[in-house]
Parts: sequence; structure tokens; C-alpha cells
Amino acid sequence: MGGYIAKRVGQAILVIWLAYTAVFLAVQALPNDPVTIFLSTDAAADPATIAQMKAYYGYDQPLILQYLSQLAGLLRGDFGYSLSAGAEVTSRIGDVIGSTLVLAGSAFVVAVVLAVALVAAASLARGARLRKALLNLPPLFISIPVFWLGLVLLQVLAVQLGVMSLFPDGSFLSLAVPILVLAIHLSAPIAQVLLKSVQEVNAQPFVDVLRAKGAGESWIFFRHTLKNAAPAALSIAGITIGTLLAGSVITETVFARAGLGQLVLQAVTVQDIPLVQGLVLLTAAAFTLVNLLVDLIHPQLDPRIINANAGPPRALAA
Amino acid sequence: MSVLTEHAGASTGPQTPEPATVKAPSRAPRGVLQWLAEWWVLIPLALLLAWALLPGLFTGQDPITGVPADKFLAPSITHPFGTDHLGRDVYSRVVHGTSQTLMTAGLACLIGSVVGTLLGLVAGTAGRFADTVAMRLVDVLLAVPAFLIALILVTATEPGPLSLGIGVGIASIAIFARLVRTEVLRVRSRDFVQAALMSGGGYFTVLRRHIIPHIIGPVLALLAVDLGAAILAISGLGFLGFGAPPPTPEWGLLISEGRQYLSVAWWLTTLPGLVIVLAVMLTAALGRRINQAFRF
Amino acid sequence: MTAKNTSTHPVVRIEDLSVRYAAGTLAADGLDLEIPAGQIVAIVGESGSGKSTLTKALIGLLPRDAQLSGSIRFGGTEVTGLDVHAWREIRGAGIGLVPQDPGASLDPVKTIGSQLIEVFRLHPQRSVPKKHWQSKAVDLLASVGIDRPEQRMKQYPHELSGGLKQRVLIAIAFALNPQLLIADEPTSALDVTVQRTVLEVFVSLARKKGTTVLFVTHDLAVATDIADRVLVMNSGRILEDRSVRSLVTESTDPYTKALLAQASAGHERQPVTGEREVAISVAGLTKDFGKGTDTHRAVNEVSFEVARGTTFSLVGESGSGKSTTAKILMGLLEPSAGAASVNGKEVTGIRGKGRYELWRQAQLVYQNPDSALDPRQPVASIIAEPMVNYRLGDANWRKARVGELMSQVNLSPELAAKRSPELSGGQRQRVAIARALAAGAKILVLDEALSALDVLTQEQILALLKRLQEEQQLTYLFISHDLHVVERISHRVGVMRRGELVETGTVDEVFSTPSHEYTRTLLAANPGQVLRELTDAASA
Repeated sequence: MGGYIAKRVGQAILVIWLAYTAVFLAVQALPNDPVTIFLSTDAAADPATIAQMKAYYGYDQPLILQYLSQLAGLLRGDFGYSLSAGAEVTSRIGDVIGSTLVLAGSAFVVAVVLAVALVAAASLARGARLRKALLNLPPLFISIPVFWLGLVLLQVLAVQLGVMSLFPDGSFLSLAVPILVLAIHLSAPIAQVLLKSVQEVNAQPFVDVLRAKGAGESWIFFRHTLKNAAPAALSIAGITIGTLLAGSVITETVFARAGLGQLVLQAVTVQDIPLVQGLVLLTAAAFTLVNLLVDLIHPQLDPRIINANAGPPRALAA
Repeated sequence: MSVLTEHAGASTGPQTPEPATVKAPSRAPRGVLQWLAEWWVLIPLALLLAWALLPGLFTGQDPITGVPADKFLAPSITHPFGTDHLGRDVYSRVVHGTSQTLMTAGLACLIGSVVGTLLGLVAGTAGRFADTVAMRLVDVLLAVPAFLIALILVTATEPGPLSLGIGVGIASIAIFARLVRTEVLRVRSRDFVQAALMSGGGYFTVLRRHIIPHIIGPVLALLAVDLGAAILAISGLGFLGFGAPPPTPEWGLLISEGRQYLSVAWWLTTLPGLVIVLAVMLTAALGRRINQAFRF
Repeated sequence: MTAKNTSTHPVVRIEDLSVRYAAGTLAADGLDLEIPAGQIVAIVGESGSGKSTLTKALIGLLPRDAQLSGSIRFGGTEVTGLDVHAWREIRGAGIGLVPQDPGASLDPVKTIGSQLIEVFRLHPQRSVPKKHWQSKAVDLLASVGIDRPEQRMKQYPHELSGGLKQRVLIAIAFALNPQLLIADEPTSALDVTVQRTVLEVFVSLARKKGTTVLFVTHDLAVATDIADRVLVMNSGRILEDRSVRSLVTESTDPYTKALLAQASAGHERQPVTGEREVAISVAGLTKDFGKGTDTHRAVNEVSFEVARGTTFSLVGESGSGKSTTAKILMGLLEPSAGAASVNGKEVTGIRGKGRYELWRQAQLVYQNPDSALDPRQPVASIIAEPMVNYRLGDANWRKARVGELMSQVNLSPELAAKRSPELSGGQRQRVAIARALAAGAKILVLDEALSALDVLTQEQILALLKRLQEEQQLTYLFISHDLHVVERISHRVGVMRRGELVETGTVDEVFSTPSHEYTRTLLAANPGQVLRELTDAASA
């Protein structure tokens, strides 16, 4: 167990470090440095100003020093300075992250509940027609663009029925609708994987043994199948963190909510590379940490996992 | 007896597996009707492709310059999707926007599938070191969401279909690599791969004759699904304004423009969006169909 | 019919039962069967004989799309029309099931204890009061011979060996003292010595509690060892229904006779021939798996020689190291120590070209022909593949050679264009043998090559292997857990246990005068004692 945890934590740190390195190299591969790019749209910027700013932000130093000093800064929790606002990247992110966390976190919870409910209903539905209808929902959900669903709901609820406002006003619906829009989009992949996993578990002999013990279908589903199928769904839920972020940005735009979404758009529009870099690293770290958590929960759900690790495959010809 | 007998001794233990219940593929000539029942999904997809290649065939109206007098017309026979604030026919803009969206999505799929498949093949067959390196690379790609990869490219270069397609494509490398690796390992777990090596086959012979034919089906199926996902991602980024600049018709951009007139013209957002939903559902259906057709 | 007409109902009474699956196959065809209380009835048949359909119908677990006609009465109640709720009352409490594959028949993510207590939880009115559940479960585990039952309750299935898992499943089946127990191939996934002890536990519990048992097996030897009465099934019909004694002496059905002949054959051993040159030689072979404290010695100082044109069998239970030895010989694994040579060439440390050279001389035939053939390739290309890879002859020559090989293994020419999913298990194994011989190999390593086949198919492949050996002077290294087959094919036998070769000798020496204690245990555990006694008595 201890070895398993150490290995996973090690891998997570490696991934975050590799992500940082990849982003750093990508920025270096640009034709110009971040300051020059940022100021390229500003007609007033002359070479002297650019050189002064480069020196101020440390972009005139040798590459390896920039790499190491930025890395050291990261370890201290310092993501550098945003060029567009002159504030620290961390403080700019910190200002808006709360609202996004509320939206994304609630949507994630709702999505998981929705997915489990959908799969339970589809697995236990008696009528073949109802079952088929339920089975078709995840492919439908996954095909609906988040922004479109948001706009259609706004159209119906705000314009046609007038029960909610086009802009956030703190009412229940103005929070619930964005969460629902995001959750529907997010629940589809989780439901699809859970469904596939449930079908695989149901094909195993122990399920028939349970029936032979006298267990009913819902007993089997809730007490056995779900726990067996959970690890696969948990893994995919971890991976949807990326989708969650993209979805949040779009949802925030559609519903005119403040949050990371606006910050990302602003950073991209004004080409504020340090801010974009900080946002990417933050996401990579969040993604990796959530997936580390998933890896640590796995053994609780399936006691075989620690022993089952067979290591990477050997070469085909060896 | 060891506690792990069930795992370690699985290949030596006395077992009596039931005979294979795999259905023999039917080789009888099939009627057109049966082909239609199985592959109908190709017909609307072909129509979509025709929209992209020959938009002029499907609409006679100009997608760029409108008739100002005809602005905000509700859907009718002459304007099936209505008209926008400049009096342009929305249906015509959707048809003409298809090529932009499909080409960008196609570019993304091409990058993702080619690079991802190669990476997955290497990970699954070239030994432990190659696998570890490839999989850490995939972890990094997964850790940075598609959306952000595309945004980095757009920030550094300029908004447009090329940087969008490359960005979304890079992001989908990971999913292809993981699928291919899993499928390769599944095929390798069958004895015929080892038997092929022992029949004198070299690395590339075995790969070509016994591994690649078995992973083509899943890769094609994922390609179809990924095309849908790319359409979604690209129209999403287009909606945010990182695709082609106006007045070029592009699906995401169309909806973003219509958004300003949400309260006066519902059709500007709703109808182009329905086209996206349909297109993505069709690619997903195609993916499921391919999976069934290649199942052995 | 051997029904005793007592005042009470028979436990099971089946009349004119037919089951048709959605695909159109008639899996049960007009079955009649009556089982009185306390009797142990064995159903013997090959895969597809309808034996599993019969048991599934009895416990109400046929697939939904199956059509059932006729009558099944359980203790006097007609059960064919029961709804799910009524079935749930019967299952587990009135009818128990001991399943086929103990490895996959317990929920892997729940403890042994919770799965045992689950039966009480599902049938609270039939079991002891709730506060005694825990102790009752511990008692049950002890009653099936599980050591340290208190600790086992907290363990997960993967922490138990196959034999222990099957004991747990037996405990679950007996938990509520059902009237009828259905055992579906309960020991076919277990090693012989484990099978022996599990069968003993199972039969003695059933006798003690007076449980009626329907025991399904493909192995006539096992059936006759434990049952009062044997039914032989084939293609959905009951061919014979007799007591064990009369089955041996009075059976008239040709299919039953073939099964009997297969099960009681065994005295026709291969004669040991004179001096021959050595084809395979193994000396001091040792293989360790794992690193550091986790090291596990799979093969320990194994030495033997195989003479050209003869069969040497390595026999042992799972985990005894016989397959590892075979893999080292085929150049697929590097040994930790020792030497092994094939045709005088050392195979340890072999790489690249050397290995491809080795594979021209020695070939491996796998246990499961289903997995050993690429399902997307037609038979002709599978057999031609080694010749193509080794660049033997031209296309016409190869085509002729494929035809020749197919006739050697008794495959009809029209199968050349078929793919393996369209073939039967026996045909697939013939294709695998033809492929092994294609590039001219004269040494075959047969790794459990008969184990996945039905008994009568085994018989045919066995005859084929013998004929090929005589015609082409082939050398076999035969790896098997099945003493019965080993006795008939081998010239010399080596017995392996936990990585060590405990005994080697001619087939006569090993089977008639075993010198090692373990060999004696293994021979004693070999099923078919009753059958042998009866056949000997009948022929005497």
C-alpha cells in the first residue's frame, strides 16, 4: 500500500513538472518573448520601453536561469506577474476562482448523481422501450454544445417565460440553470463509461450466483454491480476535469457570470502570456491532483488493484 | 497453494472453457435494404460533406451580403432558418459554414489519430521504456485540457482555423494513444501473436498481419466519435471568438452572433445549434456502427 | 426410470421439457427426469449437450428470450410459470447452486463473510435470528474444512486459492439447508488433489444433510466416483439414465460406450524403445520471478532428457513450473540458472536469429486453440504463414504443402478458406498442429494442448498425435495436469511439484510403482476409482 501511494504521488509530481517544462518550452518556441508579443498591439511601445520591461520581468536573462527561477517561484506558489494588469498572476486568479469553483464543483456533483441515476434507471427499467430511451440519453447529452443548450434555456426561461433574468441576479435559477447546463454535458461521458462497466460486470458469473442466492435485480445492482463498476467511472470522472474547465469558461460566457472564464478570455485577447501560462499550470495541477485522489480512492473500492499492477508491457519481439 | 494462484497460474491451470460463441461472419450477398438498415447513417453524413464541398448546390443565397430590408425574418419557405440582423439567409450561412467547421475538425482528427495511433503502437509493442515514456507524455497531454492547448496556440499565434485545428488535434492525441495501447495489449494477450513470432515473423510482419488489422475497427470508431468531439470543441472556440473572424460563416461564430439578438430572433441561435447537435449525433452513431461491424 | 413411489413428492419432476433459444437452437428436447429425495444424480455431457440448459431451467435462470415448454415440478410445485418474487423465495433457500468457476463466482470487492451472511439477509425468515448470523457463518466455513474461519470472514476472494473459494461457495450453497443442490462443473477448474478434497467435503455434507444433488460434469470419471445415478446427455437429449453399476455393465448407447471407453482406457501404455539420440536436454534449470524479498522460485534445479521420436510428459498441478520450463525451452523466457538445449543447441541466452532458427526446429502448441489462431485469417494463410516467413518454396509449392499438411491432420480441403471462428475446437487444434509442423519442426512442445477440448475430441487429437509421431519421428514434450491422458501418450514421465521435478521414469515405473510420496497422492486423487473397479470386475 505504501509503495503504491509513493509511486502515484511520484508520478503526479513528474507530470506537473513535465507540464511546466512543456509550457515553458512552448513559450520559448514563440517567435518573440512575451513582452514583445504583449506590446505588439501597442503602437506607443518603442524598443527602449520593451527592453526596460523585459529587464523588469526577467525575460532578458539566459534561458536556463529563467527556467530555474520560474520553477523556484512555482515551488513557492509564485506564478509571476500578469503583464496586462501588473498584478501577480496568483492574485488575479484568486480574485475570480471562487465563483468558478462553486459552478464547477456543484456541476460535477450534479453530473455524477445524474449519471448514476440514469444508469440505475436504465439497468433496472422493466420495459424494453423505456430502457432503450434511457440508453439513448447519454449519446444525446454528449452531442449538445454547452453554449447552445445555455442559450436555448435562456431563450425559453428568460425570453419566452420570463422566469429568470438574462444576467446573473443572485436568484436560485440564475445559479441552478448554469449548473444544470454544465452538469448535463459532464454527465454524458461518466454515464457512458459507467453503463459499459455495469454491462461488463453483469456478464460475470458471480452475478448469476447472486441470482441463485435469491437476490433481486435492484439488490444486485446497488449492493454489487455499482461497487464493481465504480472504479472505471471514477477514472473517467477524474479525466472530465479538463472538460469541466472548458465547459465552465463557456457557461460563464453564456450566462455573463464573472469567473475564470472571463479571465482566460481576457488573457488570450490581450496576449498576456504569463497569465495564460499560470492558468495552464493551475489547471494541470488541479487535474493531476484530482486524478491522484482518484488513484488513492481506487484501492478502497477494489481491493485487488494494488496487486494487479503488472507493470508496463514487454517489447513485442523480446 | 499460493494466494495468487488465480493470477499467476492462470495459463497452466486445468480449465475447460466453453467453445467460442463468436458468430461466424455471414458471407452471403446482402441486399441493399439490409445495407441501408445498417449504414443509413452514412447518407446524412454524405449530405453534410456535400454541403462542405459544394455549398452552391444547396442554396442560391449569398451568405456574406444580405438584403437589409429582409432583416430578422422568421423561418419560412424562402428562408428555412430565417434571416439575421443584416438580412442574410441563415440557412445559407450554415451551409457555407460547413466547410470551415469540417475542415478544421478534420485537421484536428488527422493530427490526433495519426500521432496518437503511432504513440499507442509504440507504447504497446516497443518495450517497457518506450511505454513508460509514451504514457507519461499522454498524462501531460491529458492534464492540460484540449481547450487550453488550443488557447495557448491561439494566444501565441493568431486566431484562425489552422491554429484551432492543430490545438484541438494535439489535445486528442492522448485519447487515441490510450485506446490503441489498450487494444494492442488486448490483442497481444491472445496466443496467436506469440505464435506468429514463433512462426518466424519479425516485429513489423507481426504488427502488420496480426495486430493492426485488429485495431483498425476501434480506431475508425474513435475517429468518427472524435470528429464529433472536434466539431463541438471547434464550434465552442468559435463561439468564444477564436475561430475565423467575421463575416466568414462558421457554426460557432453564427451562434455567437445570434446571441446578441436572443430576445428578438430565436432562430439565429436555435437552428444552427440543432445542425451541430445532429452532426455530432451522426458521427457518434457512425462510431457505434463501425464498432459493431468490426466486432469479432 | 428408477423413481421410488413413496407417499411424498419427488424433489424434482421434469416432464417433456424443451428449451429453444432465440437463435433457434433446441438446447433441451423433450426431457423427462425424476429425482427422489437424498439422491445424488450426475449429468454427464460435452459442451453443447444441454446439461447447462437443464440446470438453468431448474433454477429459473434461462435467458429471457429462451422459450420453455413442458413441466418442472420442485417438491410438488410447478415452477415454470412462477414470477420473479416467487423464484427469489426458492433460490438460495430451496435450491442452492455451486457454480462452475470459483475464480469468478464471488464478488471480488466484497468480503467472504459479507457474501456468506448475504444469504441470511436475503432469506431472513428461513435463517437463524440476526444476532447469530456471524457465528453461523463461521460454523459453515468450518464445516467445509476452511482453516481459521474467523479471519477468513474478513478476507477478499482474491486472497483465497481456487480450492478455498470453491469451499466458500459450497458453504454459501448449504447455508440454508436447501432441499436441492445444483452443482455445475464445480471442480473442473481445480487441480486434481484439490478437486479430490473439495468433492469429499461436498459429498459428505450432502449425505449428512440428506440433500438431493444434481451434479453436472463433463468428466464421466468424476461422475461415477460420487453419484448414485448417472445421466448421459447429448444434443439436448438424455441418452442414458442408469445407476453407476448398470451404466458400466449394461450400457447400450454408442455415445455412452465411447465415453466409457475413453474414461476407462489407460492400460495401453507406450512401450519404451531402445537407445536413441537426445532431442531435448535440460540440466539444473532454475527460474526465479520477482525481485528482492518478493522472489518466487518457479522452477528449481530441473533436469531431464527427451529422446528423439518419443514423448516425455511433465505432469503437475497449476503453479508447479511445468509451463515455465516449456517457455524457457522455446526461448521465450531466460532462466536464472542452468542449461537447456534443443537438438544439441543451447537455448539459454538465445537472441534474434538464433531464436528464429530454434523455432524452425521446435514449435509450441497452445492450450486454447481459440486464442492461438488469428480470427481474421483463413486457415490456409495461417498454415502457410511460417513458410512465408521463412521463405520456403514459391507460392505454388506452399499451396501444395498446405494441402498436404491439412490432409495429414485430417482437415478436409474445403476448410482452407474458413476462419477460426467458423471451426470447431478440435478443428482449430488441428490447424494449430499443422501450423507447428509447416516449417519442418520435428519437436513439438504441447502445453496442455488437449485440456480445452471435449473428451471425445481429445481422443481424436490423441490418436492424431500418435500417428504423426510414428510417421514423422516427432518428439513431444507434453505438458499436462491430466494423468489419464499422460498415461496414454507418454514414453517417459516427469512429475513436477512447486518447481521441482520430484520423479522421472518410464510411464510404467511412474504409474505402477511410483517412488515419490507426491506421485502417489496425485495418482490416488485421479478420479475414476469406481469406474476402474467396475470395469476390472466386469472384464474379469
